[in-house]
Amino acid sequence: MDRRHKGGQIECGVMNLKSNYIFNLASKNQRTDGREFSDFRKIEIEENPIENSDGSARVRMGKTEVLVGVKLDVGEPFPDSKDEGILIVSAELSPLASAEFEEGPPREESIELARIVDRGIRESGAIDVKKLCVKEGEKVWMVNIDIHIINHDGNLIDAAALASIIALWNAKFPKYIEKEDRTEYGTKTDKELPMKYKPVAVTVYKTGKDFFLDPNIDEEEASTIRLTVISRDDDDICALQKGGTEPLTMEDVEKIFSLAVKKAAELRKLV
Amino acid sequence: MKKEGKNSDELRPLVIKAGVIPNANGSAMVSMGKTTVYAAVYGPRKLHPKHLQMYDKAYLYCRYTMVPFSTKERARPGPSRRSTEISKVITDALKPAVFVNEFPKATIDIFIDVVQADSGTRCAAINAASVALADAGIPMKDLVCAVSAGKIDGKYWLDLTGEQEETTDCDLPVAVMPKSKKITLIQMDGSLPEKDVKEIIKLAVDGCEKIYKAQKKALEERWIGAIREDK
Repeated sequence: MDRRHKGGQIECGVMNLKSNYIFNLASKNQRTDGREFSDFRKIEIEENPIENSDGSARVRMGKTEVLVGVKLDVGEPFPDSKDEGILIVSAELSPLASAEFEEGPPREESIELARIVDRGIRESGAIDVKKLCVKEGEKVWMVNIDIHIINHDGNLIDAAALASIIALWNAKFPKYIEKEDRTEYGTKTDKELPMKYKPVAVTVYKTGKDFFLDPNIDEEEASTIRLTVISRDDDDICALQKGGTEPLTMEDVEKIFSLAVKKAAELRKLV
Repeated sequence: MKKEGKNSDELRPLVIKAGVIPNANGSAMVSMGKTTVYAAVYGPRKLHPKHLQMYDKAYLYCRYTMVPFSTKERARPGPSRRSTEISKVITDALKPAVFVNEFPKATIDIFIDVVQADSGTRCAAINAASVALADAGIPMKDLVCAVSAGKIDGKYWLDLTGEQEETTDCDLPVAVMPKSKKITLIQMDGSLPEKDVKEIIKLAVDGCEKIYKAQKKALEERWIGAIREDK
């Protein structure tokens, strides 16, 4: 949002007021909506709401709502991994979802979001990519994951990662006719994706001295540090991403790890 | 004659919900059969860049997009020639119903995302956008309702499915302001005698009445409930 024009000053003032309010509450171990620091908002999940996709999921965390669709197609493998399927994650912060989002090609925020989700799925080995090979060096399955935000009220990373892994676990291959080298889009076979793990992202935010999870938009804006920890079924950590302008101590990192891995195990039950 | 469980003058299963996007000033979700769209209204808000501001009325801006997973084959993100044209005709369909002169220098932005496409997406988009405008409390002469119609095997059909769209002699979307019965959008693909075209338009205009009822019901459910809660 451009803060140069007139409304900007007022808006900045309101933001500071909100931040101070959240900061003061936190010092009394409280949050604006009465949750504990380690509580998520109510999570609602809908499996396969989009019939036209090969797998899809809707995740609501409080007022945050994310839709993820998986599309499968056959294409050429990369020269350095001739027998492995390809994973492509894209995210769109649609201007539908927030007054802060603008039209146009993806910017920093949405590219970072897609890349964090990508890394969690890729590095955890969630998909057995070798099983996505159709003909070595020539044809492999490409897994397209599209993240679409319907309403942004904070914690998009965790919501998008959760929706993505649920969509993948619910995906079925479309029909592929090898002779004609053609995918019959919109058809569904019984064959599920070769899934191995359920990586779950938990982002820990820090305001002042306190760590908290699943912030709403005001809490997210008041926070100056975040660390996303993606962990899988065996509690191994498979991706990290620090955000925010303030530094973290080693002690902070250790605290965040234990908090995030524990919470991820809880959230994994939803997949 | 029945096809996919509905008669020729029936709508596909219609669901309309208002106020589904809390961040927006007004919003709606509409599904017509398997087609599902979201519309969000932001504004009236200040229009930038300033040189686009009009001293006597608001700018009505509308952007229609297909989400990549909405179609059977993945759609490339970003605007296409098709989506640009549809954005324009939707804007033109809505404008006659909105009192744009109430908000000089402002913009009213309407964002429409098609999350699942199975024909009739522009009609669903108009139905959702007009509920979203009303939900945002923007003064309007009337809601705008839209539905398409065609002719299959010698019979006129209302609200074509994706499958029917491939066999119809023509696809003719119409948008109407039901109170005055004035038409704000009309397009057609296909070729048919004038008589048929007139009949199809009439069928679509009549079909809009049912959509009108569902739109008003959605707004009532959203607002009457909310008012009660307030008390």
